[in-house]
Amino acid sequence: MAHTNDSPLLVMSGISKSFGATQALSNVDLELRAGEVHALIGENGAGKSTLMKILAGVHRADRGAMSVAGRKFAPDRPVAALRAGVAMIHQELNLAPDLTVEANVLLGQERIALGGFLQRRAHRDIASNALAPLGGGEIPLDVPVAQLSIARQQVVEIARALASEARVIVFDEPTSSLTEEDTAHLFQVIDQLRDRGLSIVYISHFLEEVAQVADTYTVLRDGCVVDHGRLPDTDLDHIVRQMVGRELDELFPKVPHEAGEPLLELDALCGDPMPEDVNLTVHRGEIFGLAGLVGAGRSELLRCIFGLDRTPSGTAHVSGRGRVAGGARSSIARGLGLVSEDRKSEGLAVELSIADNLTLSALGSYTRGGLLSLSARDQSVRQWLDRINIKAQRPAQAIGELSGGNQQKVAIARLLHQQADILLFDEPTRGIDIGTKAEIYRLIGQLAADGRAIVMVSSYLPELLNVCDRIGVMCRGRLREVRAAKAWTPEDIMHVATGREVAA
Amino acid sequence: MSEGTNTSSAQAATQAAGRPTFEVVWSSLAPFIGLALVVLIFVVYQWLVTPERPFLSQYRMTLIAKQTAIVGMGALGMTVIIISGGIDLSAGSLLAVTSVVLAVSLRAGIDPVVCVLLVLAVGMASGLINGLLITGLRLVPFIVTLGTMMAFRGVAEIVSDNKKVSYQDAPNWLSTLLNAPPEGSYQGVATGVWIVLALALLLAIMLRYTVFGRYVFAIGSSEATARLCGVNVPGMKLTVYTLGGLFMAVAGIFAFANLGSQGSPTEGVGLELSIIAAVVIGGGSLSGGRGSVLGSLLGALMMTTLESGCGYAGVSTAIQRVIVGLIIVGAVAVDQFVHAQRR
Ligand SMILES: Nc1ncnc2c1ncn2[C@@H]1O[C@H](COP(=O)(O)OP(=O)(O)OP(=O)(O)O)[C@@H](O)[C@H]1O
Ligand SMILES: [Mg+2]
Repeated sequence: MAHTNDSPLLVMSGISKSFGATQALSNVDLELRAGEVHALIGENGAGKSTLMKILAGVHRADRGAMSVAGRKFAPDRPVAALRAGVAMIHQELNLAPDLTVEANVLLGQERIALGGFLQRRAHRDIASNALAPLGGGEIPLDVPVAQLSIARQQVVEIARALASEARVIVFDEPTSSLTEEDTAHLFQVIDQLRDRGLSIVYISHFLEEVAQVADTYTVLRDGCVVDHGRLPDTDLDHIVRQMVGRELDELFPKVPHEAGEPLLELDALCGDPMPEDVNLTVHRGEIFGLAGLVGAGRSELLRCIFGLDRTPSGTAHVSGRGRVAGGARSSIARGLGLVSEDRKSEGLAVELSIADNLTLSALGSYTRGGLLSLSARDQSVRQWLDRINIKAQRPAQAIGELSGGNQQKVAIARLLHQQADILLFDEPTRGIDIGTKAEIYRLIGQLAADGRAIVMVSSYLPELLNVCDRIGVMCRGRLREVRAAKAWTPEDIMHVATGREVAA
Repeated sequence: MSEGTNTSSAQAATQAAGRPTFEVVWSSLAPFIGLALVVLIFVVYQWLVTPERPFLSQYRMTLIAKQTAIVGMGALGMTVIIISGGIDLSAGSLLAVTSVVLAVSLRAGIDPVVCVLLVLAVGMASGLINGLLITGLRLVPFIVTLGTMMAFRGVAEIVSDNKKVSYQDAPNWLSTLLNAPPEGSYQGVATGVWIVLALALLLAIMLRYTVFGRYVFAIGSSEATARLCGVNVPGMKLTVYTLGGLFMAVAGIFAFANLGSQGSPTEGVGLELSIIAAVVIGGGSLSGGRGSVLGSLLGALMMTTLESGCGYAGVSTAIQRVIVGLIIVGAVAVDQFVHAQRR
């Protein structure tokens, strides 16, 4: 069949899908031309990932039809989609941690010589060619991916899609764990791919990014298409309105709060090998932000404070409750709580229910004479689901069935539920939509107003600058400089974060 | 800005490149070190207590080689299964099944070569049954093979009428598989040992250089990822368990030779645990994704050396079991400690 440049490369029409009682998608249409970057926008749980998983052969649609280059397309398995030229980079990383970088890039597309032997040289070439344009040129090919940082792991996964020579590539929130520099690289790559005539679907909650990279967009709300169009002709406020379904008054709602007495004191705290020699006092009613590049030791600092990592020297001291020593149990007892950055492997038990995940760290409060009172627990879980607007069917639902953003909300809800006094947030709004971000900022402000102390790591500078009272910038394991948030500019932060001196 | 970031990413790269070398060196050396330690202990014992009786005598080495050939053969198949994230508890029972099938079919007057082929087919079919139950019913390998462990044992008892079956007219090449070669021959070690070494080499090459091997590691490391990338996961699992059955059949033939041309329905009780232990001591991870052929063989050699050494030093079997148990836990603990260091 003849395929011309202006007929769409990919057509999805009338796609519907339900999971039990949840109607994830109803009657969704989407068209994509060759050389077009299409943004898929919507709140957490709007159905973006589900739509793309249908395209990538992970789920099957209940109704609707798809075609690629004029040919009917109904993949029943991911590999069928891959063969037809559709590759997807999933929201949660999908890598085999024990395999090397090279093996992961080529997984499922090995070049095979007679007798099933791998063509190692060809593999190395393909892998390095796929990695190089992503700025992953110096990633060693022979290292198990488990040893790479999350950002680099993501680069490896994107490289896999490039190596597959797909015609349609779906990026499901690819930048949520990338640095600004890596993101810029990624956008260059996407531009190159567009020039080569590939079609890209791009899912992101960062609308600035979307405006920068995409040509066209579709907004999903509750599984329906509510708006679509060309991006240069549309202003972002309009998109946000469509997405949220109402006016969003303010992204950074201000909750008045005031710093009180010191609550958490770090004295020359050292980790192995990071952080180095961190001195810091965080007060009740204070929101303290940690800025820095990926790999600067911010997450490690939180882990050391929480007692997850070894601290060869130095102390973390909670006023009135003594020194933190000996792992998470004692930290929780001292009122510390941590939402870790890697929710899939550390934050949540994917096989367990929402209720289990939410109450895991404070189950004690539901026991009567050693037995668990499930009804009391479910009731309080329901309250939490309402309170921070988690989109779920019921407390007993498996957490793996929630959309990515809603999983993150459960992780945060757990801390609130265990009534931690000092909350350590590692990238708390990663993968969370704008409306919910505002809610979470309000929640954080509220917590500070209640007299709790918050330490929050973020790579999203506007968030740090608007939410925090003080910001410390880390570089290569050291806390370089702490100032009131008002005294920082984004440029200053980047200067310090990259290890240069700031001109006074 | 880019200048600063580049240095930090370059640092990260050298770190990433620097650490695995230590790990790689460690994981390939650890089983050697373990084995050397075990040998050393008994050599020191000999030197201190019984200088007149050498530990590494011809006799003892032959004994160790025989036993290692059987455990090692099983460990080859188990290595693949464990790397793929599975486990096979039915290995010991399958050894009994294949040894009695061999004896019974030989007694029925079937040509020995055909008998051997038959036994290999029985082993593969049994492995295939494990694989089909695991992939078809989506059951955990532990449960499936726990079930077939009992079932296969029962089959061995039925086939043999619950008695040892002996066949003294077995051809030489079969009955002397594990015997030391005659004085002055160039062969050096028993044919069975050569077979183990050859198959080990073949398997190691397959695991390292073929798609098959890569998919085995991929499935064990992350089954979901492998599936997303188009790896035929059920097909791979069927192959892996069938291969495991094949290796156990060869081990069963060895056992027949080792018992003096006898098949026994009670042979190999608990053998699966020694085999699993050998794989784990050799660096295999029960959560999948890690393991090596060489490591498993060394693990098997270490286990049998230890056993034989305990006999030599007059340590009771009870104490011997305690020691073996401690060593298994210790080996895994040390290995985990090393791996934890990198995080
Ligand atoms: N496997 C599943 N079983 C049951 N429900 C599911 C499953 N996958 C998704 N859902 C539901 O379908 C809806 C859409 O989810 P989806 O993951 O597509 O959202 P999303 O738009 O990608 O959100 P996010 O921005 O948070 O990633 C949600 O309500 C989710 O709970
Ligand atoms: Mg999603």
